[in-house]
Amino acid sequence: MSDILVESLSKTYPVAVKEAGLRGTFQHFFKRNYRQIKAVKDVSFQIAPGEVVGFLGANGAGKTTTLKMLTGLIHPSDGRINVAGHVPFQRKAAFLRKITLVMGQKQQLIWDLPAMDSLRINAAVYGISEHTFHQRVGELSEMLTLNGKLTQPVRKLSLGERMKAELLAALLHQPQILFLDEPTIGLDVNAQVSVRNFLQEYNKRYQATVLLTSHYMADITALCPRVLVIHQGELIYDGSLDQLVGRFAPCREVKVELAHAYNPEQLKLYAPVQAWEGQSIRFLVRQENLTQTVGKMLAELDVLDLAVTEPPIEEVIGRVLQGGAIA
Amino acid sequence: MKKIQAQSQPERSHGLARFARIGRTLVSVYYAYMVEYRAELILWVLSGSLPIILMGVWIQASQSGNFALSEIDFSRYFLAVFVVRQFSVVWVIWEFEREVVEGKLSFRLLQPLNPIWHHFLSHFAERFARMPFAVFLIALFFVLYPQAFWIPAPGQLLLALFVTFLAFSLRFLMQYTMAMFAFWTERATALEQFSFLFFLFLSGMIAPLEVFPPQVQAIAEWTPFPYLIYFPASLLVGLPVDLGKGLLVMLIWSVIFFVLYRWLWRRGLRQYSGMGA
Repeated sequence: MSDILVESLSKTYPVAVKEAGLRGTFQHFFKRNYRQIKAVKDVSFQIAPGEVVGFLGANGAGKTTTLKMLTGLIHPSDGRINVAGHVPFQRKAAFLRKITLVMGQKQQLIWDLPAMDSLRINAAVYGISEHTFHQRVGELSEMLTLNGKLTQPVRKLSLGERMKAELLAALLHQPQILFLDEPTIGLDVNAQVSVRNFLQEYNKRYQATVLLTSHYMADITALCPRVLVIHQGELIYDGSLDQLVGRFAPCREVKVELAHAYNPEQLKLYAPVQAWEGQSIRFLVRQENLTQTVGKMLAELDVLDLAVTEPPIEEVIGRVLQGGAIA
Repeated sequence: MKKIQAQSQPERSHGLARFARIGRTLVSVYYAYMVEYRAELILWVLSGSLPIILMGVWIQASQSGNFALSEIDFSRYFLAVFVVRQFSVVWVIWEFEREVVEGKLSFRLLQPLNPIWHHFLSHFAERFARMPFAVFLIALFFVLYPQAFWIPAPGQLLLALFVTFLAFSLRFLMQYTMAMFAFWTERATALEQFSFLFFLFLSGMIAPLEVFPPQVQAIAEWTPFPYLIYFPASLLVGLPVDLGKGLLVMLIWSVIFFVLYRWLWRRGLRQYSGMGA
């Protein structure tokens, strides 16, 4: 029995195309040309209750469109979806009570009022009794370390606090299935970690099913044993994160700030260069060579600063795609 | 470990009690929201003073011309227009269009409550927030122009209030129906701007229907516009109106717009792409 069942899901958008310039504008005024954009193509997968799954893909790959179809916000062009035993687009009350969607880039809380006011609306809309409401707000604000923040106007909260308050609002009705679209975007490292820990705790405590997109590799590694990778609307990988990372991202990014300019050819001998920004260079170094390469750089180059990080998820995805055929 | 059982919450309230609580909560929260903007609210109240300006024009005209209404009638009528307009002004199409274009409607669609209730009740709550300013302006008017002072009979006042509420609801429904076009055009407000022309002339805002040529009056009476302002305003000042016919026409138009709204809403949702969200 799966919580989320997706079969041959597709979504096509008509997009009006306009040529640049005045001529193009006139043509656009009288006769519009539409191009059909296939945002999601023939995607199928299943997610079991209690599973936490990462949903990866470059910008515009179709992640958000898929999430919108799963939550019933938009109508699929083709295919079948079943979420918690419901067809999402029918937006039955019983379905809406079981799910939530958190969008890191959007907010539902009323900006000029304390978050508590928005929470009261949600409690009324979902029919949560006063007693349960206070109990849940207490429990969730403790998990999110939000005590005392809910009575301040939302606009006075920091970005991290606001995101946590958004999470609280989205989870007040104790949904069984969580769809999270970039829940940590723009947050500092501490706030990212606390949101991450909270999601882990929530999943453990309530055995909720989670489907999560993120640009931060750390979110995915901390939370998602399984990932789905979508590229240009097509699902190209469905499996364990370890396998994906092991196969396609055995690299670290080494960012070096040099005291003076070097011959590019000379620098390329250390490792493949990802980007040049003046005297700041980003190398991509295979993990097994990391210590040796960094040691060599420090010994041979005039290094002002050096930092080793995980490559951004976009680059992992990029490697996945370069890797060609994927099971 | 607690397994979530969305269906097994025995304390969840049902039916009327649930809706009463939603109504209460939305009105109180949106009232608080509107009060946050009290300075702007004063400007909005003042921006509705067109009837007061027109009053001056018509009082001048009535002194020289021969009209169905006297000078005092005109002043009372336009004051009533001002009051009715304060309590029936609707801007939902701008709000709805923004929510569609920015994808903010998505949050409302995720909740088990039709978004129309958020819009309707936030308008309703705003009435209470602007009430003190409107009352102050009315008092000021009577101080400056005591000849026009009148107190409607309690029954008449209640009836006028009730009809004003119906007028607000019908105007809201009309604009909400037009707002549905935001799903297709993203500039649905153009429709409102166009229809506002008819509203301005046929609602009785610029002149009471009595001064229109009989043919225009006869046609106007079957459109929804006079019932949005002229009808409740006339009830308030005690001008003769056909109450039964008025209520019937309002009911017919409400049904027409409601059916149209539901039809457009269902089709519009299929168009919705949750832009930017």
